[in-house]
Amino acid sequence: MIDKLVMYLAYPFVRYALIVGVLVSLCSSLLGVTLVLRRYSFIGDGLSHVAFGTMAIATVLRLSNNMILVLPVTILGAILILKAGSRTRMQGDAILAVISVSALALGYLIMNVFAVSANISGDVCATLFGSTSILTLGQSEVWMCMGLSVVVIAVFIFMYNRLFSVTFDSDFAKATGQKPERYNMLIAILIAIVITLGMNLVGSLLITALVIFPALASMRLFGSFKAVTVSSVILSVVCAFAGMVLSIMIGTPVGSTIVAADLVMFLICCCIGGLRRGGR
Amino acid sequence: MTLISVRDLAIGYGQTPVASGISFDVEEGDFLCIVGENGSGKTTLMKTMLGLMEPLSGGITFPGGMKGSEIGYLGQQTQIQKDFPASVYEIVISGRLNKCAGRPFYGKEDKDAAARSMELTGITDLRNRCYRNLSGGQQQRVLLSRALCASSKLLLLDEPVSGLDPDATAEMYRIVKELNDSGVAVVMITHDVDASLKIARTVLCMGDVVRLMTVAEYLQQTGGQGK
Ligand SMILES: Nc1ncnc2c1ncn2[C@@H]1O[C@H](COP(=O)(O)OP(=O)(O)OP(=O)(O)O)[C@@H](O)[C@H]1O
Ligand SMILES: [Mg+2]
Repeated sequence: MIDKLVMYLAYPFVRYALIVGVLVSLCSSLLGVTLVLRRYSFIGDGLSHVAFGTMAIATVLRLSNNMILVLPVTILGAILILKAGSRTRMQGDAILAVISVSALALGYLIMNVFAVSANISGDVCATLFGSTSILTLGQSEVWMCMGLSVVVIAVFIFMYNRLFSVTFDSDFAKATGQKPERYNMLIAILIAIVITLGMNLVGSLLITALVIFPALASMRLFGSFKAVTVSSVILSVVCAFAGMVLSIMIGTPVGSTIVAADLVMFLICCCIGGLRRGGR
Repeated sequence: MTLISVRDLAIGYGQTPVASGISFDVEEGDFLCIVGENGSGKTTLMKTMLGLMEPLSGGITFPGGMKGSEIGYLGQQTQIQKDFPASVYEIVISGRLNKCAGRPFYGKEDKDAAARSMELTGITDLRNRCYRNLSGGQQQRVLLSRALCASSKLLLLDEPVSGLDPDATAEMYRIVKELNDSGVAVVMITHDVDASLKIARTVLCMGDVVRLMTVAEYLQQTGGQGK
C-alpha cells in the first residue's frame, strides 16, 4: 500500500493534484462557515452551474486555459445573484435557482450544438463530476491555483473579525460603521474564486459539498466561531487528502470519493455531537 | 452636551410615513423611554437614528461631535443568532470594531474594554460559553454587553426585556439603571411601562401624534397607572 503511494507520489501530476486538492478544500471550508450561517449554502451550487455554462463556452472557443474566461464570468454571476437578491421582489433563493438551471441547460446545449469532440457525454460528465481532469493539471494551472488560494486565505484572515460581526448581526455591524454590503460582495467574489478552482477537483455538481459539509460537521462539535472555523479547515483538508489518496489507490473517481469522505466525516461528527448532548 | 438631536423627523418604509413630526434631544446621561402601540414605529425610529434607514424628511444631527457609529445598539434577536456558534467573548468584543478603523485585529485596549463591559453586565463567568446554549436573559445581557462595548456614551435598546421572566427583567433593569447612573445615556423602547418609568426621565409617546414629556407628565395624563 505505502509502496504504491510512494510510487505514485513520484509523478509530478499526482503531487500537483494533491496540492490543488488541499488548497481548494482549505479555501472552500473557510468560506463555508459564514455561508452556512447566513443561509447562503446554495450560492455555491448556483455559481458552480454558472461556471459550468462558461466552461462549455470556453471549450467551444478552444481556450487553452479556461480559467481566464470562467473566473471573471463566475465573479460577475456572484455579484448579479447578490444584487438581484437584495433589490427585486423575487426571493433570493428563487433567483439562485433561475440562474443555476439556466446556466446548466445553456451550457449543455452549447456543448451539444457546437460539439468539439466526439465524446460529448464524457466531456459533460467530466465538468459535472470533476473526473480525472485534476490529474492533467499543468504547472501554470497549479501556480494560478496557489496564487488565488493565498489571496483567499489572506483576505479571510485580515477580514476575520469583521466577517464575524457582519455574519452574526449585520444591523449591529452597520450601526457601528461597518459596511455589510461591501463584505457581502467580498464574500461573493471569494466564493466565485473558490468555485472556479474547485471545478477541476470535484466538478460543478459536487462543489457545494466541499463548502457546507466541513462547516456543518464542525458546528456539531464546537461552540465558538474560531473553533468552528479552525476545525472545518482541518476536517476539510483531511477529508480531501484521504479522498484523493484513496481514489488514486483504488481507482475511483476523485470528486465523488472526496465528497463521500466528507459525508462520512459529517455523519461521525453528528454522532459525536449527539452523544455529547445526550450525555449532559 | 447634546449627543443626538432629532428635528421634525418623518420615518417609514417607502413613501407613506409611519410616524412624523418627531423632535427630541438626547443629552449626556439622559434616560429616554419610547412607548407606543405595536406598529407605531418605535423600532423604525431607532433604526433611522442608527443610520440603518434613511429618514423620509427632517434630520438627525450630533451636535456634541459624537460619531453616528459610536452608538451602542441592542436590537430584536434575529433568526440567524439563535443557533449561531459563537462564544460570549467573541460577541462582546465585536462591539469594538467601530474603534478599529484600518486595524484588522483587536489590540490590548479592545480586550480590556470587552472585559470591563462584561464585568459591568455581570457575564464575566460566561466568557467562554457558547451563545446558543445560554438562557434568554443571559443572551440579552451578552447583547447589552456588546452594545456597551461599542459605546460608553449612548445606548439604544429595543425591548431589552422582551421574553424574559420577572427575575431576569428586574436584573436587566438594575443593570441598565446602574449604567445610566454612571453617566451612559439610554434610549429604551419598552412595553413594560410601569417598571421602566421608575428608572426613566423622559418619555416619547409614539402614536398619531408623537409627544415628548417628562415621566410625571406622562403619569398624570394616563391617570397614574402607566397605561
Ligand atoms: N421591513 C419592512 N418593510 C415595510 N414595512 C415595515 C417593515 N418593517 C416594519 N414595517 C411597518 O412599519 C410600521 C412600524 O413598524 P415598527 O417595527 O417600527 O413598529 P414597533 O413600534 O417597533 O412595533 P412593536 O412594538 O411590535 O415592536 C409597521 O406598520 C410595520 O408594518
Ligand atoms: Mg419593535
